[in-house]
Amino acid sequence: MKREILDRLVAAKKAAVPVALVTDLNSGLQTLVYEDAVHGGFGLEPDLLEEMRRRMRQDRSGLLTDPQDEDGFRLFVHVHNPAMRLLVVGAVHIAQALAPLAALTGYDVTVIDPRGAFATEARFPGVRLNHLWPDEALAELKPDVRTAVVTLTHDPKLDDPALIAALRSRAFYVGALGSKRTHALRLDRLRDEGLSEAEVKRIRGPVGLSIGAVTPAEIAISIMAQITCVRRGENHPC
Amino acid sequence: MNDTLMADNIVEQAAAWRSAGRKVAVATVVATWGSSPRPVGSQMAVDDRGAMAGSVSGGCIESAVAHEAAKTMEDGEPRLLSFGITNEMAWEVGLACGGQVQVYVEAVE
Repeated sequence: MKREILDRLVAAKKAAVPVALVTDLNSGLQTLVYEDAVHGGFGLEPDLLEEMRRRMRQDRSGLLTDPQDEDGFRLFVHVHNPAMRLLVVGAVHIAQALAPLAALTGYDVTVIDPRGAFATEARFPGVRLNHLWPDEALAELKPDVRTAVVTLTHDPKLDDPALIAALRSRAFYVGALGSKRTHALRLDRLRDEGLSEAEVKRIRGPVGLSIGAVTPAEIAISIMAQITCVRRGENHPC
Repeated sequence: MNDTLMADNIVEQAAAWRSAGRKVAVATVVATWGSSPRPVGSQMAVDDRGAMAGSVSGGCIESAVAHEAAKTMEDGEPRLLSFGITNEMAWEVGLACGGQVQVYVEAVE
């Protein structure tokens, strides 16, 4: 691997720019494919390039071989997308466990809470904190298909605006802490706010996989397990 | 956060080692069949002192890959390695990996 290619790859990852490193396994030459540019050792036909960008969008690394000729090209497409994001609403005890657990799982974590007493560096060392109201924070952070949103405050004034924003985004996971009774009341409020049945059904609540979790750390594990299941577990009930 | 556990930082590790003047090779899983332990795209960096970061299997083939990586660091030639992780082999090294993997090993210039 040429040092220049490696440095460009590292720079793209640092800047959270999606990029694919394409290696010609026959020659060892490499090219970087960006969403709007190509840089490197060999050019690519437009249809191959389109296929690579499709794989980037699908977050799917893999081999691309010549369908016409088994001794033809063999390209390995290694997709490097920016980290998945987790937006946690509520700088509560469970969030203190969930933030490091999610970071360990590879997520870029932001904890959102306008209450200064909760969202402190002392309680969340090294975690990115956002002190805006949740609906403003989500408007700023713009959840996309690679974003999970979890509300943990138990306070409708904070949770509900976050959920409304999350459900109207393309977030791949929306979870809300609260008992079945709390959740039923929440769904009623959200319907009153004009959310459709399909929209409110997207909420995972009570949040987390059912593993009998009791402590904040255990509940964090159940939430992270559910997020992982929704992301990866095509044939698993989540 | 312990960076060595993070999901996807092997190219950064390789760049850091290279910048420190060490020879470096990167191994990448390019194809899998059956119940291979790590998915396509999994990576391991190896340096000329034998330091390793990341993994390309559940610990079954890392030693063999590191051995090939040392050759690649020497001659600069990339290598495409195929491993069928049979149950017998898995038994020998005390791991039940299963599956088949193809690993591409390249040196960092």
